[in-house]
Amino acid sequence: MPFFQQASTAADRVDEVFLAITAVCVVFLVLITSLMVYFVIKYNRKRHPRGEDIEGNTMLEVVWTATPTVLFLFMFYFGWTNFDYDRSVPRDAMVINVTARQWAYSFTYPNGKQTTQLFLALNKPAKMNLHSLDVIHGFYIPAFRIKEDVVPGRDNYTWFTPTKLGSFDIMCTVICGVDHANMLSKAVVVPVSDFEKWYFGGEDAPLPGQADAAAVIPLKSESPAVAVLKAKACETCHSIDGSPMVGPTFRGLYGQKHIVKEAGGAEREVVVDDAYLAKAIQDPMVETVKGYPPAMPRNPLAEGDLKQVIDLIKSLN
Amino acid sequence: MNTLAHGEASSYRSFLESGDRKGILAWILSTDHKRIGILYLACMVSLFFVAVIIGVLMRIEQLSTSHHIFPPAIYNAFFTVHGVIMIFMFVLPGASAVFGNFFLPIMIGARDVSFPRLNLMSWYFFIVGALVVIASLFTGDGPPDAGWTFYVPFSLRTGTNIPLGVFGVFLLGFSSILTGINFITTVHRMRAPGMTWHHMPLFVWATYATAWVQVLATPIIGVTLLLVIAERIFGIGVFDPAKGGDPVLYQHLFWIYSHPAVYIMILPAMGAITEVIPTFAHRTIFGYRAIAYSSIGIAGLGSLVWGHHMFTSGMGNAANLMFSLFTFLVAVPSAIKVFNWTATLYKGSIEVKPPMLFALTFVFLFSIGGLTGLIQGALNVNVHLHDTYWIVGHFHYVMFGGTGMGFFAALLHWFPKMFGKMYNERVAAISWFPIFIGFNMLYGGMLVLGYLGMPRRYYTHLPQYSTGHLIASIGGFIMAIGLVLFFANLVVALFKGKKAESNPWGGVTLEWHTPSPPPLENFEEIPVIKDRPYIFNPETAQ
Repeated sequence: MPFFQQASTAADRVDEVFLAITAVCVVFLVLITSLMVYFVIKYNRKRHPRGEDIEGNTMLEVVWTATPTVLFLFMFYFGWTNFDYDRSVPRDAMVINVTARQWAYSFTYPNGKQTTQLFLALNKPAKMNLHSLDVIHGFYIPAFRIKEDVVPGRDNYTWFTPTKLGSFDIMCTVICGVDHANMLSKAVVVPVSDFEKWYFGGEDAPLPGQADAAAVIPLKSESPAVAVLKAKACETCHSIDGSPMVGPTFRGLYGQKHIVKEAGGAEREVVVDDAYLAKAIQDPMVETVKGYPPAMPRNPLAEGDLKQVIDLIKSLN
Repeated sequence: MNTLAHGEASSYRSFLESGDRKGILAWILSTDHKRIGILYLACMVSLFFVAVIIGVLMRIEQLSTSHHIFPPAIYNAFFTVHGVIMIFMFVLPGASAVFGNFFLPIMIGARDVSFPRLNLMSWYFFIVGALVVIASLFTGDGPPDAGWTFYVPFSLRTGTNIPLGVFGVFLLGFSSILTGINFITTVHRMRAPGMTWHHMPLFVWATYATAWVQVLATPIIGVTLLLVIAERIFGIGVFDPAKGGDPVLYQHLFWIYSHPAVYIMILPAMGAITEVIPTFAHRTIFGYRAIAYSSIGIAGLGSLVWGHHMFTSGMGNAANLMFSLFTFLVAVPSAIKVFNWTATLYKGSIEVKPPMLFALTFVFLFSIGGLTGLIQGALNVNVHLHDTYWIVGHFHYVMFGGTGMGFFAALLHWFPKMFGKMYNERVAAISWFPIFIGFNMLYGGMLVLGYLGMPRRYYTHLPQYSTGHLIASIGGFIMAIGLVLFFANLVVALFKGKKAESNPWGGVTLEWHTPSPPPLENFEEIPVIKDRPYIFNPETAQ
């Protein structure tokens, strides 16, 4: 990733204000530091054995109170006007619903398409309506210099106009649990024509850009169970190929013996069967599996989905 | 001031040799403000090192993105506990509880604080609170993992031991409130004859301003933390959006206290610096009134800026506007202090001994902390920087570069007075190098990482941030070595140090007119104060 990657209209504005204020700050710091060093050398005890009790100077106090005040007010003003830009959504912005949950993002487009990566058309403003299903998350795209907290029960938003083609990191900035650091996604910026080909291309339209196939939540899929795993973000913590993640892998899980801890602290052994799986999926914190963090969010499945997921886990033995 | 009767009379016994009790009881049952100050010091330095070790472990984890030494749940507990210990048990009570207790009464010519027993009780609140927090790590379903800010609803949902940890912090708050009440009363009621407000040393001014913030702001965090406990145990639904509560309300209540708390942390350290600089410049302080009143200004304006922790929370544009404006204004009194400290060096007769070295380092690092605060105070820049490593770097420059270095400078300055022993000045100066260099690699590295978009509280990082993390980690290890050297030197001095003179640096405030260490009730006769506190060269005074 190149230094100072700027990929939105807001990015230039942030960097401009940042560099301007930083320049003033560096001048201040250099001034203070060199004065201190100069005085320490010039008025060293050896060279200057008697100090002078100068108690103050009203003129100086006024100058060094007024000067920073004026400078600070300018800084405030530049920050504010550019922030105002960050909060003023253009009317033609495409409205995309961002759903955050522990520990994944999903994106819903006006026409109902759902993805786990954010596909954007170059130079077209897009507004993100932010919703959380559980705790506070922080929707952040560093290359766009935008961030807004995703607060449950609140309608927060942010917007941006991407100005560069490419794939940019989306992160979560508010501590949201064990897998906070892996609550990542990508903003994939493609030419308008590619975006429209996908957006208007029906359910089977191939994804634009260099995104991988995993980025779309299939509405009709050959394996509905896998679709449920994606839609509910189970895959963030449970693998189906045996690789270790935050929670136990689904491969070979069925029939295993686990030690579980009850809410009261008592431990007992269970065999992973249909009944146990149903209970562990629907109400995960009643009993937690020893050796794994007690961190699974409550995210109940519909009756039919639950059966399909359990069948999938069985089939992975 | 120069008419004081002192000198080592034959009847002199230091406070360390006085009292009826022996051993540990002489300490934990003592109501002597000096012993209580040292009790705080011993506890805080121990806790500080626990948190330093946790910090080093976090830096080790960040060395690699493929090999994880600690699972995420443990890393999350690390940053939570590191924050809780450093903030609530070291930085926040630090300079005020240790040096305020020891020196505030002496500096105003009093025999003790107003309420010596309440003072001891405050220490008990502190130690019990600390023990409860530590107990929360080893009991329940795992150590707290919500960050030291305990944001709801995550802190309500997580399965870890939040209620006990939060209750510990609640007890620590009581310690802070009671100490504040004690100091305010002491300053109002216990000043020696002639010790008018403008004859008070500036450390007293700073501690006094701090005490007001402690008394006024701390109850809010106490109530807020109790609400979190009630929310978890009884499900009252004040903060939980699932029950119609508002998570942003929690953030407001939390920061209404926790931002002024930043000034509780920094003001006494600024006060200590204001004692060290004129002492080693051997001249009076420049702008006594400007420094004194700017402490009050910081305490007042600092109560109106809490919302700058919440610019991305969606609290609304009008609130963002006002909080950003006040944030820039509160920088003015801090700038005034920096200018006056610098001017205090002008036409001085400067000796850069270890306390002065750390005091000047304070001015430099705190300036970086304050200036980075301006950068992130600009609203649109804050949107990018909020909750990234930039913020982590910034507040370490303020909290550690400011309060921490101020604490170190104060410790080196007053150590001979407190213990009557002299440390090795050369070793103290040598320990400065790894501390200073490591500090800037670690937290300067974090500033850069943050601008590049590295979010805080990640147990691992994306590959593009590896170089920055490597530099920061190496800096962290270098600094840790310096810290060990710094404190080892002082511990050695406690047992083997040469006897300290009563006034080794040539200071002029009252504490330097008592023997080292001072006797039980500080003064044989209460001194009568005739003039301003910092007259070093009477023939040149205006």
